[in-house]
Amino acid sequence: MRRYIDFYLASMKIAILGQIQYSVANYFYMIGMITEPVIYLVVWTTIAKQQGGMAGGYTAGAFAAYYIIWTLVRNMNIVFTPYGWEWRIREGQLSMELMRPIHPIHGDVAYFAGWKTVVIFLWLPLAAILSWIFKPDFDIRWMEVIVFFLAIWGAYLIRTILLSLLGMITFWTTRVSAIFELYFGLELILSGRLVPMTIMPPWVQNLSNYLPFKWTFFFPIEALVGNMTDIQLWSGFGMQVLWIASGTLFLNLIWKSAIKQYSAVGG
Amino acid sequence: MNPIKLALTYLRIGVLNEMQYRINFFIQLLQSFISVATGLIGLSLVFGQVNTLAGWSRSELLAVMGVHLLMGGVIRSIIQPNMERLMDDVRNGTLDFALTKPADAQTLVSVREFRFWQLVDVIVGMVVISIAFVQLKGTLGILQLLGFLAALIMGGVMLYCVWLMVTSISFWVIRVHEISNLFEGLYAAGRWPVGIYPDWLRTGLTFLVPVAFAVTVPAEALTNRLSGTSLLFALGMTLLFVILSRGLWRLGLSNYSGASS
Repeated sequence: MRRYIDFYLASMKIAILGQIQYSVANYFYMIGMITEPVIYLVVWTTIAKQQGGMAGGYTAGAFAAYYIIWTLVRNMNIVFTPYGWEWRIREGQLSMELMRPIHPIHGDVAYFAGWKTVVIFLWLPLAAILSWIFKPDFDIRWMEVIVFFLAIWGAYLIRTILLSLLGMITFWTTRVSAIFELYFGLELILSGRLVPMTIMPPWVQNLSNYLPFKWTFFFPIEALVGNMTDIQLWSGFGMQVLWIASGTLFLNLIWKSAIKQYSAVGG
Repeated sequence: MNPIKLALTYLRIGVLNEMQYRINFFIQLLQSFISVATGLIGLSLVFGQVNTLAGWSRSELLAVMGVHLLMGGVIRSIIQPNMERLMDDVRNGTLDFALTKPADAQTLVSVREFRFWQLVDVIVGMVVISIAFVQLKGTLGILQLLGFLAALIMGGVMLYCVWLMVTSISFWVIRVHEISNLFEGLYAAGRWPVGIYPDWLRTGLTFLVPVAFAVTVPAEALTNRLSGTSLLFALGMTLLFVILSRGLWRLGLSNYSGASS
């Protein structure tokens, strides 16, 4: 256990020191990312105004709050991509990582976790500017802040597990880009990234209850900007823990059979 | 060498190259369908709430989506691959190989790459536009068609100019990949008519990244909203962008020190 903690702390420190040096590049990246929620926000604010102030139970201010918190949650959702896995497997980079006495996924989790701490700091001024422009309605309780803080890290772990599983398809076939795009399309609809899940038709909302996607997007955002009771907040976090636990088990199972397939296509 | 002949030669090489990987056609087709499907779901969510969005009906917005898809295909098949190669060449010093060739350097760096299969998006975009047009029960007069084509071509030229200007920055600043990421984010804003955006954003989408001219104006031509004046204005803007980008490219080139081995 001790060596894992040391490894995580060291990797996170490397990531923080490295990424701070590229803060301008990080900012360009984050600004590019912010256009997406701004588009959704403008469309839905227009609709809310056309309907006399509300659309799907959200006011313009509530939409603003949703999509501003969206930007932080989206940043927390950035993990080692399946395209990275494809490259790692195709080019044989994985061979090197397999030599180390620690599972390669720990390196990904630790490095990106370090980067996240930089991202959260860089995000604060952006959130201030967006709030100044779009005037969100926030009504926040302490319990919501606590659960939100835990839930964004829960979302980070769930998405890491999901995208690693997706990337590991490359062990069996190297034509993966279409599968990845299909996944991202489904995720966009079923996670709350496109619109708050409550605007979706009931059957889509129902479907999303059985899938992990909404726990990476909709739940963390709603934990902060919605009006959930304490019980709803903690049981939501419990669902995240459940998905993390079962995802980890599944990942281990797949990894064992995947690694037998591994032959490093190139390199 | 005649620039058109040069472009056609590179085009042929690009097609021949991509023809080796025919399965990519189906992969590209699937990806286009995924983006059409998510676009349609977005539209149906919006029109589950309202009947028009800022004065645009559902079929009209479908036409906007088609133009956006079509133009996106043009960007990804011709403009973006060439500009990304240029960025890499500037960083690695391999631009020397292009500069020593006896042709106009700007023409050469703009035609070297061609992603044939990305044109699937152009075709799917045309299909979406046609469906929207049938739904609108519109009659396409010859003048309207010419207006649409002119707007489309001018929009494409403007997008190319902006890409060239952004890429020219790489003569001074090395890390510009993040800027192209920013461009992609802004282009996504063209999915909706620029009229819905707040003033500051609409200005940016008109004059900085001319998504307004590339997507909204052609869509306006299709839906009978385009006036001769705005078409003339687009022509003026196109000329301005062409001159500016040529100027910045030459300035950047004079700053290029080359061969960093």
